[in-house]
Amino acid sequence: MTLALTIEVLIQGLLNGLVYGLMALGLSVIFGVVRVVNFAHGEFAVLAMYTAFMAATYLHLDPFIALAPIAALFFVIGYVLQKTIVAKFIDRPDHQQFILLIGLAIVIVNVMLLVSGPDARHVNLSYAYDAYFLGPVLVDKTRVLAAGGALTVAAALFAFFRFSMTGVAIRACADNPTGAAVVGLDVRRLYALTFGLGLACCGAAGALLVTIADPTPTLAPAFTLLAFTIVIIGGLGSMPGALLGGVVIGVAEALASLVVAPSMKSMVSFGLLVVILVLRPRGLMGRSAS
Amino acid sequence: MLRVEALDLDHGDARALTGVSIEAPRGEIVAIVGANGAGKTSLIRAIAGMHKPTAGRILFKDVDITGWSSDRVCDLGLGQVAEGRQVFPTLSVRDNLLMGAMVPRARARRVANLERMYAMFSRLRERDRQLAGTLSGGEQQMLAIARCLMSEPELVMFDEPSLGLSPALVLQVLDIIRTLNREGLTCLLVEQNVVASLKLASSAYVLENGVIALAGASADLMADDRVRKAYMGI
Ligand SMILES: Nc1ncnc2c1ncn2[C@@H]1O[C@H](COP(=O)(O)OP(=O)(O)O)[C@@H](O)[C@H]1O
Ligand SMILES: [Mg+2]
Repeated sequence: MTLALTIEVLIQGLLNGLVYGLMALGLSVIFGVVRVVNFAHGEFAVLAMYTAFMAATYLHLDPFIALAPIAALFFVIGYVLQKTIVAKFIDRPDHQQFILLIGLAIVIVNVMLLVSGPDARHVNLSYAYDAYFLGPVLVDKTRVLAAGGALTVAAALFAFFRFSMTGVAIRACADNPTGAAVVGLDVRRLYALTFGLGLACCGAAGALLVTIADPTPTLAPAFTLLAFTIVIIGGLGSMPGALLGGVVIGVAEALASLVVAPSMKSMVSFGLLVVILVLRPRGLMGRSAS
Repeated sequence: MLRVEALDLDHGDARALTGVSIEAPRGEIVAIVGANGAGKTSLIRAIAGMHKPTAGRILFKDVDITGWSSDRVCDLGLGQVAEGRQVFPTLSVRDNLLMGAMVPRARARRVANLERMYAMFSRLRERDRQLAGTLSGGEQQMLAIARCLMSEPELVMFDEPSLGLSPALVLQVLDIIRTLNREGLTCLLVEQNVVASLKLASSAYVLENGVIALAGASADLMADDRVRKAYMGI
């Protein structure tokens, strides 16, 4: 194993990790504000991959261009889902929310199976084999674009929460829901916006992922688990933590497939999860109990 | 200005309020007095649209607001300085204040109102960029009051605004309420400090176990033996 190959694999893992991180960011935002765990998160991400696949196949839309409309579509799905269904479960016990979202996940997987079958779908990109050379190190163009896209979307989301009044209002709801009702914030609308933004992350991540991986329905539960692992490693409720967790997992999995075996990937991420939870129970960037 | 008629409220199976009727005429301070757990906060939150009453009516400015959501009630000009202050601890003082002006009725004037609040509470201006969670209790109470005023309310319900404050700060808070009232603000005041709140108010209600036990002009209540024994320790 050469040094160049190792660096190559590490860079690959880092770039993949940023895209995973974007997906996990959506989960983190929804949980941090609405306090609902989206057990259908990976399912929505894979659904977005299929959507990007169809946009590429039937509309000849490049996934990097389809990203914006797909993110917008998933925003709407999330908004409506929260407003019509999830809102009714917000004050119910956790296990009822769990059943609702697991049920939704099962429906999504089976719709994907029904429509597209169990086989992986592949998007052909004219530049799929383009690469950049950093000396002897080779970096895929698609991965660089995908990671750049993920960073751009994440930066836009950070800016929204930091600088827009609506973004600040969403943070206020997360901070103190009672206080939000006291000052007359429309909490239900802000929750719907948040769920929409969380799924928009899935939509954007799905469009990016389709350029580096082929969607199958079975990928969905694996992605849900992956998003959880990332969010817990990064620190529940921390937005930068989700991106960092994505990078950590991406790099760890890349290293594992290089050093051990590709089939050991998940074992390494769960192992890492356990180690980090033991050393830092609140995750890498989690806030301490207040 | 505010009229509550025969309000019943349940928290799950537990009855919190039964047949509560109160009235707050425009421009006055009306006090609500009662022991811990009597239902004062429940009443305020029901009026604010945060709890749904099981029976009765709430009228504000002659509009029936029974069953309205809290954001709509607030947008009609009914503000609240909530028990426990309820500031946003990880938001800056400025953002806390701006959140008070998210209601459509005041949104366009938020910058001017922010300046007005900073002129009124200079301490908050000094703390502009500081996170609300790092303020002292007194500063947080000022912030809660200023945040409420950002929505340009016509009536404010104060729920134990002096709770946990030093005697000097208690006086300051009561003084602010008096000043706001002189400027035309109608106030509904819940205070553990019964003597002070009765002195401030024109009329008052005594709430006991979710029922209005006594009502009248505050001067009369102050002279009432039951009130003196139960709440003024005389
Ligand atoms: N959200 C709630 N759920 C259940 N019971 C509540 C809730 N809020 C208040 N209560 C109960 O209702 C009664 C009145 O409480 P509260 O309105 O807070 O009284 P006060 O403000 O006068 O101290 C108390 O017995 C309290 O335990
Ligand atoms: Mg109370």
